[in-house]
Amino acid sequence: MAGSNGSRETVIEVRDLAVGFGDRLVNDGLSLDVYRGEILGVVGASGTGKSVLMRTIVGLLPKRRGSIHVFGQDMETLSEKERQNIEKRWGILFQQGALFSSLTVKQNIQLPMREHLDLSDAMLDGLARMKIDMVGLKADAADKFPSELSGGMIKRAALARALALDPEIVFLDEPTSGLDPIGAGDFDALTATLQKTLGLTVFMVTHDLDSLGTICDRIVALGEGKVLASGDMDAMVATSHPWLKAYFTGPRAHRTFASP
Amino acid sequence: MSIEGGATGQTMRMTGNWTMRHGRTVETLMEQAASAEQPLTLDFSAITAFDTLGALALSRLRLDRQTAGRPTAFAGMSRSHEILLAEAKVQPGTETPHKAASSVDILVDIGKGMSGIGRDFTGGISFLGGFVAALGRMIVQPSRFRWPAIVKQIEMFGFRSVPIIALISFLVGGIIAQQSVFQLSTFGTTAFVADLLGVLILRELGVLLTAIMIAGRSGSAITAEIGSMKMREEIDALRTMGLDPMEVLIVPRILALVICMPMLTFIASMSGLFGGGLVAWIYGDVSPDVFLTRLQSAVRINTFMVGMIKAPVMALVIGVIASIEGMAVKGSAESLGTQTTASVVKAIFMVIVVDGLFAMFFASIRY
Repeated sequence: MAGSNGSRETVIEVRDLAVGFGDRLVNDGLSLDVYRGEILGVVGASGTGKSVLMRTIVGLLPKRRGSIHVFGQDMETLSEKERQNIEKRWGILFQQGALFSSLTVKQNIQLPMREHLDLSDAMLDGLARMKIDMVGLKADAADKFPSELSGGMIKRAALARALALDPEIVFLDEPTSGLDPIGAGDFDALTATLQKTLGLTVFMVTHDLDSLGTICDRIVALGEGKVLASGDMDAMVATSHPWLKAYFTGPRAHRTFASP
Repeated sequence: MSIEGGATGQTMRMTGNWTMRHGRTVETLMEQAASAEQPLTLDFSAITAFDTLGALALSRLRLDRQTAGRPTAFAGMSRSHEILLAEAKVQPGTETPHKAASSVDILVDIGKGMSGIGRDFTGGISFLGGFVAALGRMIVQPSRFRWPAIVKQIEMFGFRSVPIIALISFLVGGIIAQQSVFQLSTFGTTAFVADLLGVLILRELGVLLTAIMIAGRSGSAITAEIGSMKMREEIDALRTMGLDPMEVLIVPRILALVICMPMLTFIASMSGLFGGGLVAWIYGDVSPDVFLTRLQSAVRINTFMVGMIKAPVMALVIGVIASIEGMAVKGSAESLGTQTTASVVKAIFMVIVVDGLFAMFFASIRY
């Protein structure tokens, strides 16, 4: 793992990105860097293109303009094979989990391993159990179907699947939405622990001020199709943009940051 | 990647990538190391890459050797190696063993299948009861009829089915006419093709073809639609708003089917007769004049009515089965597929059974 010697290694580099639907551009001239080993929080009002940005980086949405480099490779010029190699190096936690409903949790986790790797069944089972344990699920969750899980368990199981191939980058789309405050706090702690354990780079789209304040190394605020501000929590609080000001210094923020 | 210096025991140096991409190699190396008799020290310092698989393999190795009474030590670990190994420390696995299928299981399956048929039957009757009760409530209080929904469903199930049903009936009519002409020509009575076609299409084929097409086209749509609403808790949402899914979703669909089916049957019958007449004319030299005259003498109004009377009953059978299967969908995408298949298969089967019952009934009342 290079990049710790002074200048940080950039794993995702987005330049002048434009993405739109119909005649409306959601992202317009957006530039962003994600550095190796950081937890990056992406915030913004609803409809400012946070999820769109994430989906464009991973290739689910087409871009109108600009460039995206992941691990230094231009996503546009990659061959099918090279693209697949990059896809094996990232994991994605979708907002609703997107677990395959006809597979058990264990099978969900093993699916990417079975498809991309050559492993014995014993090893597959061991790895699935290890991932289930790492995300804080009980061992008996392994043989449950997604429809039998609670909201928090679905998020954890989906995170376990995102971690199946020991990815270098994990994309989290609103990981704590729909969880109770304690569950959300646990999930944040889990993200931070896993990030340290596995040396992950985390790209997190979130609305949760607690997550931003407690685990994010850096925050990027989107608005008007661009990055409005980036930096740590202090930089966010000091910003002059009206929406960010309202968001980071409003009553909900006070409640979060006033208590020690 | 390799383990070096293992010959005399003591310290082994691990090199290379101990990661998922090299899973099989890691496992073979682990097996070799597990069988080494003497105490073993594994040196991590020359490892280039290490992930959860490496951690799992090594922690298993240590556990295996421990149970065999062979001590194992790790050396030269970095902080991240230690953290990963700690994560892998869990689980001496408890796998549920796969049970081999036995002849008893087959009997159990047959028994379950039979009781399932019984449950389907009673379930169908009770659903029909619920449908009639809802319909009754709506007739007493006509404002509860959802006319826009019914009209929309009529467009979906009826109007949009016209082209394919007309086409298929036209083709089947033509095929039957061709076969009839071919067989009748041996006796020199090709003109009787009109008698055959008239009775066969008006009494049986028109309504059967329509019912089978509708079971496949609209029955499956009803099951999939209601099923996916069930999956996403939309049905539960309706219930909690004080709305009856039977009134809101099922009655409009079944009513639409019952209204459309006779019309579609009529179209199918006319189209089949037209196709048959055309083939009889071109292939069998039966002129339209002769064909129509024979048709008039062979077909009475009750021949036509037999088909039309059956149509709404078929619609009810298809609609009820499709709705039951839709409501039976559980949480997974797989179950949606299973129930949709079951809906089409059961509906087609029941349509044919009901057609047989009607045939017996009409024969015994000499209609």
